[in-house]
Amino acid sequence: MQSTPTVGKPISRLEGILKVTGAARYAAEYEVPDLLHGYVVNSTITKGSITRIDTTQAMAVEGVVHIFTHENRPRLAWFDLQYADMDAPPGTVFKPLHDATIHYNGQPIALVIAQDVETARYAASLLTIEYEETSFDTCLNDNLHKARKPKKGLASVMKSPPPKPTGDVKKAFQQSAAQVAAEFRHSTEHHNPMELFATTTVYEGDGQLTIYDKTQSTINNQLYVANVFGLKYKYVRVLAPFVGGGFGSGLRPQYQLFLCVMAALQLKRSVRLVLDRKQMFSFGHRPQNVQRLHFSADDKGQLTGLSHTAFSATSQFEDYAETVSEWSHKLYPAPHTSFDYQLVSLDLHTPVDMRAPGGNSALHAIECTMDELAYKLGIDPLEFRLRNYADEDPSTGKPFTSKALRACYQLAAEQFGWHQRNPQPASMKRGNKLVGYGMATGIWDAFQFPARVEAMIDQEGKLVISNATTDIGTGTLTIMTQIAADEFGLPIEQVNVHYGDSKKPFSMFQGGSATTASTGSAIVIAAQALKKKLWKIAKGMDGSPLAKAGEADVAFDSGQIYLRHDPSVAISLAAIVAANKGRPIKTTNMGKPHLLKLRKYAKATHSAAFVEVEVDAELKTITVTRAVTAVAAGKIINPKTARSQIEGSMVWGISKALHEATILDEKLGKFMNPNLAEYHIPVHADIHELDVIFADEPDEIINELGVKGVGEIGLVAMPAAIANAVYHATGKRFYNLPIHFNELL
Amino acid sequence: MNNFDYLQPQSVSEAVDQAGTNDSNRFIAGGTNLLDLWKYDLLHPAALIDINQLPALNSITETAEGGLRLGALCTNAATAYHPLVEERYPLLSKAILAGASAQIRNMATNGGNLLQRTRCYYFYDPAVPCNKRNPGSGCPAIGGYNRMHAILGASDQCIAVFPSDMCVALAALNAVVLVTGQQGDRSIPFADFHRLPGDQPALDNTLLPGELITAIDLPPNRFATNYSYLKLRDRHSYAFALVSVATALDLDGDTIREARIALGGVAHKPWRNELAEQFLQGKAAIEANFAAAADILLQGAQGYQHNGFKIPLAKKAIIRNSLMALDPASQLPGAQPSA
Amino acid sequence: MSYPAARPVTFSVNGVSHTLSLAPWVTLLDALRERLRLTGTKKGCDHGQCGACTVLCNDQRILSCMTLAVMKQGAAITTIEGIATGDTLHPLQQAFIDHDAFQCGYCTPGQICSAIGMLREGKARTRTEVKELMSGNLCRCGANKTIIDAIMEVKESYE
Ligand SMILES: Cc1cc2nc3c(=O)[nH]c(=O)nc-3n(C[C@H](O)[C@H](O)[C@H](O)COP(=O)(O)OP(=O)(O)OC[C@H]3O[C@@H](n4cnc5c(N)ncnc54)[C@H](O)[C@@H]3O)c2cc1C
Ligand code: FES
Ligand code: FES
Repeated sequence: MQSTPTVGKPISRLEGILKVTGAARYAAEYEVPDLLHGYVVNSTITKGSITRIDTTQAMAVEGVVHIFTHENRPRLAWFDLQYADMDAPPGTVFKPLHDATIHYNGQPIALVIAQDVETARYAASLLTIEYEETSFDTCLNDNLHKARKPKKGLASVMKSPPPKPTGDVKKAFQQSAAQVAAEFRHSTEHHNPMELFATTTVYEGDGQLTIYDKTQSTINNQLYVANVFGLKYKYVRVLAPFVGGGFGSGLRPQYQLFLCVMAALQLKRSVRLVLDRKQMFSFGHRPQNVQRLHFSADDKGQLTGLSHTAFSATSQFEDYAETVSEWSHKLYPAPHTSFDYQLVSLDLHTPVDMRAPGGNSALHAIECTMDELAYKLGIDPLEFRLRNYADEDPSTGKPFTSKALRACYQLAAEQFGWHQRNPQPASMKRGNKLVGYGMATGIWDAFQFPARVEAMIDQEGKLVISNATTDIGTGTLTIMTQIAADEFGLPIEQVNVHYGDSKKPFSMFQGGSATTASTGSAIVIAAQALKKKLWKIAKGMDGSPLAKAGEADVAFDSGQIYLRHDPSVAISLAAIVAANKGRPIKTTNMGKPHLLKLRKYAKATHSAAFVEVEVDAELKTITVTRAVTAVAAGKIINPKTARSQIEGSMVWGISKALHEATILDEKLGKFMNPNLAEYHIPVHADIHELDVIFADEPDEIINELGVKGVGEIGLVAMPAAIANAVYHATGKRFYNLPIHFNELL
Repeated sequence: MNNFDYLQPQSVSEAVDQAGTNDSNRFIAGGTNLLDLWKYDLLHPAALIDINQLPALNSITETAEGGLRLGALCTNAATAYHPLVEERYPLLSKAILAGASAQIRNMATNGGNLLQRTRCYYFYDPAVPCNKRNPGSGCPAIGGYNRMHAILGASDQCIAVFPSDMCVALAALNAVVLVTGQQGDRSIPFADFHRLPGDQPALDNTLLPGELITAIDLPPNRFATNYSYLKLRDRHSYAFALVSVATALDLDGDTIREARIALGGVAHKPWRNELAEQFLQGKAAIEANFAAAADILLQGAQGYQHNGFKIPLAKKAIIRNSLMALDPASQLPGAQPSA
Repeated sequence: MSYPAARPVTFSVNGVSHTLSLAPWVTLLDALRERLRLTGTKKGCDHGQCGACTVLCNDQRILSCMTLAVMKQGAAITTIEGIATGDTLHPLQQAFIDHDAFQCGYCTPGQICSAIGMLREGKARTRTEVKELMSGNLCRCGANKTIIDAIMEVKESYE
């Protein structure tokens, strides 16, 4: 009676029907009686203070209910610490409408509440605001002399400072057979999930709030709201069953949540607040950075020195840091190393993690430098990586829990046809186009956060799994269901997963490619505990055929517990629940990383990307005509949704390499293209052949499931692979992203 | 984002009466530019006069001389895919289809396309100075980020470019804009319709307040065989041109009988120079001649901090597009460079 | 300052006729989402830049954020909620599920409505042309490849 396992099967997303019929509801889409609508007013200066804010004209508009400013906002939590969410970097959290001070352009300074959104938006345009402006700095490059070490704080646990130098990297650089020194620059980027940030706060009357919010962590936002507004945790419920993309922007509570809840509490009404696309550029971004690399190698193509210094922008109030500089040493051994990471405070909002934070920018610089070094040495770029392949983590000497990067190189190179490459730059042509092949390596962490899961068998014998995690498009619902189904040998229709709700057991946030490992492992642990409980109850049932069965003698399948050596001896789960006086049987358990065991290991996901570009010989327009990415990320629970994650991040790689950038006018201190017409992300016409290969990578050590996560690993190698392909096509190296085609002219 | 009156005239004359000469009464056609500007708080109409109910403006008909009359209300899509346009003015079809997206082309009208406003970042941000929006306030684009801006015909007051693709083809085809207003009817040659910024950058064109575009006339021509539209931009579709070129050639064997070249994305209006076209007259249709014509067309071009590339890019684009016009089948969807 | 005068406007949505009393400044998108509670049509930019709000108006794909509801008197609107026939999904809806042509799902209604409009227009022959004519629909999750795969499958089965 063994049912077929679902893990490893390309199962279609379980919420698919809701998404293709328009029935899936996102944060701004809940129907609530008597709803008020808000619209935010943002600062038009970059730094200074508000000297006058006149709401008379706006208040006179029929339908306007209230206008909140720093002058009339309710009194709120006193201590800065109460505003610190779980993802807050060291520093002082930005508090909307706190006082007259302006910290950055686009800062929210007023909230208009009206009976409908048109009225609110109109009234918002009628506020008279006078400012006193002071001078500001938003240019990273002009302020590199102010660079300093980041402050330490809780966030440093996940983003530890760079390791100490080894050997003498300067000497190695001077004395080696080949060396490359390069400086790379990246623009600011904005996450721009397709769904606008929105909150619907339902004022429940009895002091309770039900909040539909766009977030990557229901619990983070529940804690934030409760702390800031002095509410009991249990009175605040945050729901986010559907999230229209996050990419990191939802890791922290954004200001629309604060403002919407504040208005609901003060007015004792339900309120909805949706940001517009321009306002989506007024909180959090991937910071601009400058990176300086010095790599050297001996004449056999062995790396001798790795030096990487990164400068990144943060705000004046928080020290947002990323792991940037030390990635090369997690990939390649070298006796002499030096890594440094410094921040420059500018008059901008604090950055927030954006898909593969740090690694994404770093790998572009590292893998372009590796390519350049390979050319200096006259070694094929792939061969150069293989000569410097590390079976153990070069930075710590620890073995990896698993590492199938070599297989990634081989599989992807073969599928791509790398051997057909003529190494000579600008040597391959197709009609009017120069053709270039480029490759790069990717690496990303294999995070796992603590998570609690409730597992329950309900009256009908169905398995119900609950956890507060969101599913931001990652396929989490489907994967969780598969994992749980296999634990009990149930078809997926017999499993219900409840998620996206802060009332459910703890989950930290959906970021860092950690959800499958975190919640998935917790599901396994909770399922095992539940099985134990079911076994005990089954044993004790009147006349139980399993009365004498030990825990190891029984197994679960198809809605039954049965004797391993005689599967005909079985009791249905529904019968066990009936024996439990019809009460569902449940257990709640914690899954957490096996820190003690894992201390002895290094853990990472890896990838290899191979890219073909066509560059028009005269006009220089660039097209990524095909790309192959091979990924080693442990066990793949669902190859269909995992493939989509990788393909999506390959598109992100194309976007970072060739398209997207937030344009900062440093004289005005503001972003000039806060819209989707001028903030270019690829359109369908830009995306051509994408191939994904999953290398087999069994991992018995990392966690209960052997999974590592696939949200980011598909992105990190792509920008460098594209830049290297552009070099191969044209003989020109580009150090700044995005590469605008006209720079090739 | 202000409130406005909404009027539905039943005839052209009623529409013109409703508009009066008050610039804050606006006709609304497809709405794709007007509502965009309104929502960005850049336009505050007192009344919107919905001209969508005027069938008189919504047809494509043949003119007595053998040309076509395109109704101002015909959508960009209906125009581009109209059999007579495809047959006689395929350059116009290609240019229209290189603009915006399929959905927008289903809404956008021919009249509205002529009157769309610049996409200059600074024009689009009501919080910063802009001589076009707020005369006399200054032009932060000149010393700011000006990658998209003009290299030809700009002034020290404004370096914005006119973003239309359709109009680049209309300029090349010597279209005539038919308008009506309280002062009566006028026909405006296309070259005189849009204007350069000079010291009045607030004015994009020579239409008078309250005037209604009724149609666009296309004179007969011999450009249905050798034509091409090329558009260069930061992604392969759904983006405005950094440089675009409309080329139309009338060939006698390998010799050019008549040539038209218009540039988009480089100036406050579609850019033509008859000297360049005259230079090609009677010459062989070869690369060297197109390069020389490009130099004439780009005479006086001046780059700013971020857009200097447009000068060499425009030259290369003119050459490539001329070669594509010799082999129109080499044109690709999205007006991309030939393979 | 007076509140804008509402006026009656009648149009059908998914075959059902609605008469709404609307101020002129209400866009078709907001009329659908906020007044008719048809939230399947998405707002991604409200400025014609993303395609998430695509609906069919008299069988043509348009952007509902870029038109006023009062301008749609007498029109027949189809939104994502009206694409399936009862419980039977439209072939495109099924193909989107089969090809995993979405992740977060926020661009999906617009992609599907746009693809239906595109197939009806009948101007795209090749995959390249389909991509070009679908480029008005952005997908930030990067599901571009599977979206086009799904559309191509349905397009080929139509032909
Ligand atoms: C995201 C986006 C991308 C775009 N990309 C491109 C592109 O790549 N290339 C391109 O060419 N265009 C592009 N466009 C612009 C689009 O083509 C124009 O918005 C459209 O052509 C305007 O036509 P409409 O009918 O919608 O005009 P409306 O918005 O209705 O009107 C525009 C102006 O014209 C006036 N008007 C309209 N009709 C008449 C008339 N008959 N007589 C007098 N006045 C009239 C209105 O009062 C208003 O001032 C893009 C637009 C968007 C939103
Ligand atoms: S919401 Fe209409 S195009 Fe983006
Ligand atoms: S599926 Fe998320 S934007 Fe397309």
